[in-house]
Amino acid sequence: MANPSTSKETTAPQPVTFMSVAAPAIGWLIPGAGHLIQKRWIRGLLLMASIVTMFMLGLAMQGRVYRPNGGDILDILGFVGDVGAGGLYIVTRAMDLGQGAIARATADYGTKYIIVAGLLNFISAADAYHIAIGKKP
Amino acid sequence: MNLQLSHFSAAVLFSVFASVVFGITQRSTSREQIRYGLYCFAMFVGGVFVAGWVMWLLRH
Repeated sequence: MANPSTSKETTAPQPVTFMSVAAPAIGWLIPGAGHLIQKRWIRGLLLMASIVTMFMLGLAMQGRVYRPNGGDILDILGFVGDVGAGGLYIVTRAMDLGQGAIARATADYGTKYIIVAGLLNFISAADAYHIAIGKKP
Repeated sequence: MNLQLSHFSAAVLFSVFASVVFGITQRSTSREQIRYGLYCFAMFVGGVFVAGWVMWLLRH
């Protein structure tokens, strides 16, 4: 049987601090920055290098960047994945990159690289939040 | 710029980046992070070989 005091501790709401809001927000906007502002230098730099490189390789492979859309469900999910890259997505859209070359097989790999870079950045931002609230060292 | 990667090299590069992020985010201590990152990388690359052989068997 579960200890009532233990379950009470785990379900208690976390206090909202500046860092608990800023870390995931900045981490989403700039991959790895949520860790860097909490002085997790090596983790932050590794996350930044991995996510940014993956996104850039996706673009270099002529991958497609999804626009906001209300059409096909896969296109909507593609957009959700892409938007996870935060600032990278915004800059890419502003520069009108990521048109996608349908005729090339590698372009399809590129599209997947871009989506997964965004999804990994979501995980990275969630990790920055867990560090900010003290759930993770 | 137009980068052309083979299917295998694209999968290995994908594995490297995903494993780094998984290792850092899913474990707490440095030692555990390295171990889990390597485990994920091995699983990714192993999965590529298994999927490749399954496709070969289906083809023949």
